[in-house]
Amino acid sequence: MANLKETIAVGVNFLSYRCNVLPLKLSLWSGTRQQKDRGAAVIELENVGYSYGGGELLSDVSVQLVRGSFHFLTGPSGSGKTTLLKLCYGALLPTTGQARAFDADMSGLDRDQMAMLRRRIGVVHQDCRFLDHLPLAENIALPLTVSGRDTAQEGSDLQELMQWVGLSSRADALPPELSGGERQRAALARAVIMSPDVILADEPTGNVDWEMSQRLLQLLVELNRMGKTILIASHDLGLIRAAKSQVQVRVLRISNRRLQLAGADL
Amino acid sequence: MSRGPIRALVLGDSQAARVVPPSGFTAHLTLFVSGAMAFLVVFALALSLASGRLADRWAEELARSATLRINAPLDQRAAQTKAALQVLRQTPGIASARALSQEEQAALLAPWFGADLQLGDLPVPQLIEIIDAEPGYDAAGLRLRLAAEVTGAVLDDHTRWRRPLVDAAHSLRRLGWVAILLIGGATAAMITLAANAALSANAQVIEVLRLVGARDRYIAQAFVRRFTLRALIGATVGVAFGLAGVALLPEASDEGGFLTGLGFQGAGWLLPLLIPLLGALVAFVATWSAAHRTLKELI
Repeated sequence: MANLKETIAVGVNFLSYRCNVLPLKLSLWSGTRQQKDRGAAVIELENVGYSYGGGELLSDVSVQLVRGSFHFLTGPSGSGKTTLLKLCYGALLPTTGQARAFDADMSGLDRDQMAMLRRRIGVVHQDCRFLDHLPLAENIALPLTVSGRDTAQEGSDLQELMQWVGLSSRADALPPELSGGERQRAALARAVIMSPDVILADEPTGNVDWEMSQRLLQLLVELNRMGKTILIASHDLGLIRAAKSQVQVRVLRISNRRLQLAGADL
Repeated sequence: MSRGPIRALVLGDSQAARVVPPSGFTAHLTLFVSGAMAFLVVFALALSLASGRLADRWAEELARSATLRINAPLDQRAAQTKAALQVLRQTPGIASARALSQEEQAALLAPWFGADLQLGDLPVPQLIEIIDAEPGYDAAGLRLRLAAEVTGAVLDDHTRWRRPLVDAAHSLRRLGWVAILLIGGATAAMITLAANAALSANAQVIEVLRLVGARDRYIAQAFVRRFTLRALIGATVGVAFGLAGVALLPEASDEGGFLTGLGFQGAGWLLPLLIPLLGALVAFVATWSAAHRTLKELI
């Protein structure tokens, strides 16, 4: 447990460091801005339906993820959780209805605009895809690399981030050499390195033990406390309960292709 | 990312280059194809240029001369030759005309009948060499006059066999250029296939890059730069070998005929130096379009 506290402390320090050092982030993350923007929808699905191969996977889904909110998305396997997450970051476009991110209709964005939008949304995939030929540190720094930022200059940030997720000793390891838990943490680190406004995570604790899942949750909670919008697809009830004990959480459930509030939110 | 694509291509981006894993067979394939094609282009270019030179030379040399043949019995040959020379001297557009000597005519026939040929024993017509002035003479008018005044005279302005030869040389030159275009097209097709193979093999890499916010230009650039540089290197090596091969060909000589004239002359040696640049340009366009086509299939 001492380790967990230590890691969380490092994480908080890291996030504070990033907030204070980077002027751009400072303006985005400033208390005034956060207060002003809290309540505004950063991602909004309006009567969204999605069909694939003749079958309808999602129907008439409407949801607003307001800035600073923390949502869990639950539902049985194959219910469309991953599809809904993909609709939130534009990896899929709705067949009916409208998906909006940062006030922009994603269907109307060109490819460059979509790329820029994705820099504002950190995604943790269920299968944690990496570039297998690059060391872990370079994989985590990939969002910086593709956005044209000098990763050498941001080396100290990267080191702190890796320390935050407990992977500083694995910087030179190649992704295939990592365990499931290490991959999950690395995916989370990559998702947050650009200080995105929104973090979407698909079963982020699916391959890790309880202690590690609590550690990852704690990191997400800390990010949420700093104003980040979080949406986690998970059917881990323990994780949801643990989150509820710390922050205001809303639980969404997909059932019969439709989205509804679940549990205490009903 | 604010740099232009060409500048970025030339200067490169070490970080961007690293995001695409080093490819195996497609790298070797591109190098080999561009090298082999550049080698072939050097020879096609040499053939085309040599054919062009030959066509020009034949056209120029043959157009400036004609032959008058006097087919007359022995007792009338001298008189008809004299009359023909008289007509030719009076014809505008003829710079000079002279009857070939027995020795000159024997030398012309020596390749077929041997050096010790006695022309007096054979019914060989008397030949008169005509050199055109500028502008040339009216061949049709001259023929009519000769028909009236020198009955045994036959004017041969070489058109009958000059045209097919010059046409053949021009066709050879055209074939050379067609071959170069076909080689360029084949190179583009093969590099497109190699680029497509590389893009397909790296589908997951592209997906990850798109996920973390990479723009199409960034992803395409990593592939385009790699293939363009490979094509440039391969073509440079191919051209070097091709030029060495052409340089080793026998030098042009009258005895060797056309084949020994195959090669470059003067500034023509600089033309093959453009081949690697053109090869790189072909690879750039082929990979760029392949990359954008593939990327457009992804959201």
